[in-house]
Amino acid sequence: MKRFLWPLAIFLILVVFLGVGLTLNPREVPSPLVDKPAPSFTLARLHHPERSMSPSEMAGQVWLLNVWASWCVSCRQEHPLLVQFSKANVLPIVGLNYKDQRPDALKWLDDFGNPYSFSVMDTDGKVGIDYGVYGVPETFVIDRNGVIRYKQIGPITPDVLQNKLLPMIRKLQG
Amino acid sequence: MRIFLSIVFALLVVVGNDVARAVELKTPSKDEVLEDRLNTLSSELRCLVCQNQSLADSHADLAIDLKNQIREMMRQGRSDAEIKAYLTHRYGDFVLYRPPMKTSTWFLWIGPFVLLVVGIAALARAVRQRRRRLAEAVPEEVDTATRERARALLADDGPGAD
Repeated sequence: MKRFLWPLAIFLILVVFLGVGLTLNPREVPSPLVDKPAPSFTLARLHHPERSMSPSEMAGQVWLLNVWASWCVSCRQEHPLLVQFSKANVLPIVGLNYKDQRPDALKWLDDFGNPYSFSVMDTDGKVGIDYGVYGVPETFVIDRNGVIRYKQIGPITPDVLQNKLLPMIRKLQG
Repeated sequence: MRIFLSIVFALLVVVGNDVARAVELKTPSKDEVLEDRLNTLSSELRCLVCQNQSLADSHADLAIDLKNQIREMMRQGRSDAEIKAYLTHRYGDFVLYRPPMKTSTWFLWIGPFVLLVVGIAALARAVRQRRRRLAEAVPEEVDTATRERARALLADDGPGAD
């Protein structure tokens, strides 16, 4: 009897490992930028290209940086939620319009609504690289001191908004 | 056919985190040494969009951007280590196909060797035990009556024989 216990134990360990592996999402790469200062940039605004914006201007408030593009299908999925959320005026949402064409981006916001306090244009995607963006849409929660506290990869769902983003935002604002 | 199409569609939805946009690769420079170096380095880096491809193989938008960025940094005279640090700072160790040796990856590097040693030890132990058992087994004394019976059985054409 005892000689079967070892193979059984090894089998069970393997089952646990594989079982845990199945519940992980390989597309979600933990960002090394969480709890680090948000990389600085200076980019032109989408609606007023003559005005620029850098993250340091947001110091003192908690804000969201949402990476979006008109060519991004998943952004369409999260957009209505973002528009609805922006009406509650919980915090400023800044859009990082990633590798987009200005007319396309403007039209997209006209068509689907504009949840952003303002958007900035990252036409060549350099700022995206600095933020480790690899799957648009992505959303960063940035605190009063300009430190990234959370990164959402992929669209924000009602569940993520209720159970992750909002509690975190309240804690950071409180 | 319909099932096939719906599977394809489902896959497209799952995979379709907007990877399909193609971007023109900046005309590769004439500098072959630099291109070789770029290829060697980027074949050791993982593309984050299509995760089972190296940066060198991938034609994803981001991969091309990153290769252009690496080319730029190489022209500025940055070392491979500096470029890797630049990428891991943004995307984490995940971009490296060869994970660095540190406390969290210790088991990954040492584990297989530990398993090998454990396996060899278990095998040696099993062999030794078996050998001892064989050595200790005393051949049973066979009395003449049994011997006779065996001979009779062997001589006799059994029911299975022709």
